[in-house]
Amino acid sequence: MDKDLNNLVYQVRRDILRMVHQVNSGHPGGSLGCTEFFIVMFNKILNFNLPFSKDGINEDVFLLSNGHISPVYYSILSRMGFFELNELKTFRKINSRLQGHPTNHDNLPGIRISSGSLGQGLSVSIGAALSKKLNNDESLVYVLTGDGELQEGQNWEAFMFASANKIDNLIAVIDLNGQQIDGSTSDVLDIGNLYDKLCSFGWEVIEIEEGNNMEEIFKTLTKAKESTRKRKPVAVLMKTIMGNGVDFMMHTHKWHGIAPNDEQLEIALSQNAETIGDY
Amino acid sequence: MREYTNTGNKDTRSGFGEGLSELGRNNKKIVALCADLAGSLKMNDFAKENPDRFIQVGVAEANMIGIAAGLTIGGKIPFTGTFANFSTGRVYDQIRQSVAYSSKNVKICASHAGITLGEDGATHQILEDIGLMKMLPGMTVINTCDFNQTKLATIAIAEYDGPVYLRFGRPKVPNFTPENFDFKIGKGVLLQEGNHVTIIATGHLVWESLEASIKLQEFGIESEIINIHTIKPLDEEIIIKSAKKTGAVVSAEEHNFLGGLGESISRTLSLNHPVPQEFIATNDTFGESGTPSELMKKYRLDSNSIVEAVKKVISRKK
Repeated sequence: MDKDLNNLVYQVRRDILRMVHQVNSGHPGGSLGCTEFFIVMFNKILNFNLPFSKDGINEDVFLLSNGHISPVYYSILSRMGFFELNELKTFRKINSRLQGHPTNHDNLPGIRISSGSLGQGLSVSIGAALSKKLNNDESLVYVLTGDGELQEGQNWEAFMFASANKIDNLIAVIDLNGQQIDGSTSDVLDIGNLYDKLCSFGWEVIEIEEGNNMEEIFKTLTKAKESTRKRKPVAVLMKTIMGNGVDFMMHTHKWHGIAPNDEQLEIALSQNAETIGDY
Repeated sequence: MREYTNTGNKDTRSGFGEGLSELGRNNKKIVALCADLAGSLKMNDFAKENPDRFIQVGVAEANMIGIAAGLTIGGKIPFTGTFANFSTGRVYDQIRQSVAYSSKNVKICASHAGITLGEDGATHQILEDIGLMKMLPGMTVINTCDFNQTKLATIAIAEYDGPVYLRFGRPKVPNFTPENFDFKIGKGVLLQEGNHVTIIATGHLVWESLEASIKLQEFGIESEIINIHTIKPLDEEIIIKSAKKTGAVVSAEEHNFLGGLGESISRTLSLNHPVPQEFIATNDTFGESGTPSELMKKYRLDSNSIVEAVKKVISRKK
């Protein structure tokens, strides 16, 4: 993968850590786990237009269902030019467009729906995909969901609908980090064999074994794109490591929703050198 | 004193169906979604004429609201259709986050609202939906009174950019709104002028109020009757003006008194021109099985109950 994108990984991790630290709240674990995905998605996969338009006509649409990983979303959006980098300073502060969970309520460029209450994004992405079909718009809709989030029943209404209605211009990426707030997903409520479940729901299912490896993410998402328009919805099961890139945050649910203190921040940043410049 | 003619009993849901069909022919952005109740919502003509713009989601209301929100990305104007209970309480968080907070141009169209749903009983008779919907910031809430008004409202909300809750019902009721009436969202309708009391009614209670006013004439009471079809945003001007004139108000709705139109009127009056008010509404209770007219009588939503409320509120005038 390009050296520039490797540099961006370190910088986005720093953004995430500094954002949650400055307000002593937010969700670093899942954000760090999806950093490589967001970078590949916005640099190599997604065909998007700037300036941002809320209708997203004749461009790919990306939607985030697990809205709590807003730090990585905001970081990549600002780094891609949707809004000024300095606005990251306002994350979770009063009078900010960068709410704790992402919203289009305050017209933040890059965001087309509010998310945070879990389990709704997949349905919304189906609507956006249907809208594209009605508009004869050949571009695609991507949605990212968490794995714990799949415990919400609405997802299964959506899985059933998408295959029955051959929503084949949609790619749903599921972040399989195996963790949720109260512990591992297998302990809290075992999701079981997701690959088999989604196959039986009539989806084309593709797996990414190393969801923090940008080469593999790119290769698999490219394959997913090639699998669209074949009368089946496409799911990508992406195995990631929660807290990736900060040794003491990795492989645990403990950093799902808490911020590092000053000392922890210093250690975390020392593992991720500044590359293209902090906000 | 104006007179209103019933041009024949018709159900408000059929007014919705006709309005939707007309929209389907004239506006290609309109997409209709239904959760396995297309027949009950009278959406079959739209579905037949616009198969590509009719989405049958099955018994999955949460998914329906999410899909509707997503359809707005790309400029569509989605109309969802199911019973009022499944349009609101069942999917409150989906509406709150994906529609209201996201400022999506989704029209949530709800039939079989209130107690006049009848024999199916309390599980289906929602009497809390107006409250649920009016509490959502940015949500417009409309409760129509007859076939023509429902048809006109259905067409009007397509022109308005923003989330709307449109509430109507199952039974056949008098149709008295003129076909060519100029329906304006947020504008109350002065149906009849009078000096002694103001009856402010919405939905099926509008006709009951007109009936009550005839009975009240026998007691020498002249009623001013206002139809509030848009509960939010509320036409405060027409309410305050009439309260100043008559000095007494009766609100009438097929809904719990908690969270309904009556409370919105009370707030308006207490902030601007306090006068005595009586409430025709259900009294913090669930409904039950029965015919619509039996239920209207038992739960004190009929014209005789309005007459009693008017006498009481007039006795409270200083």
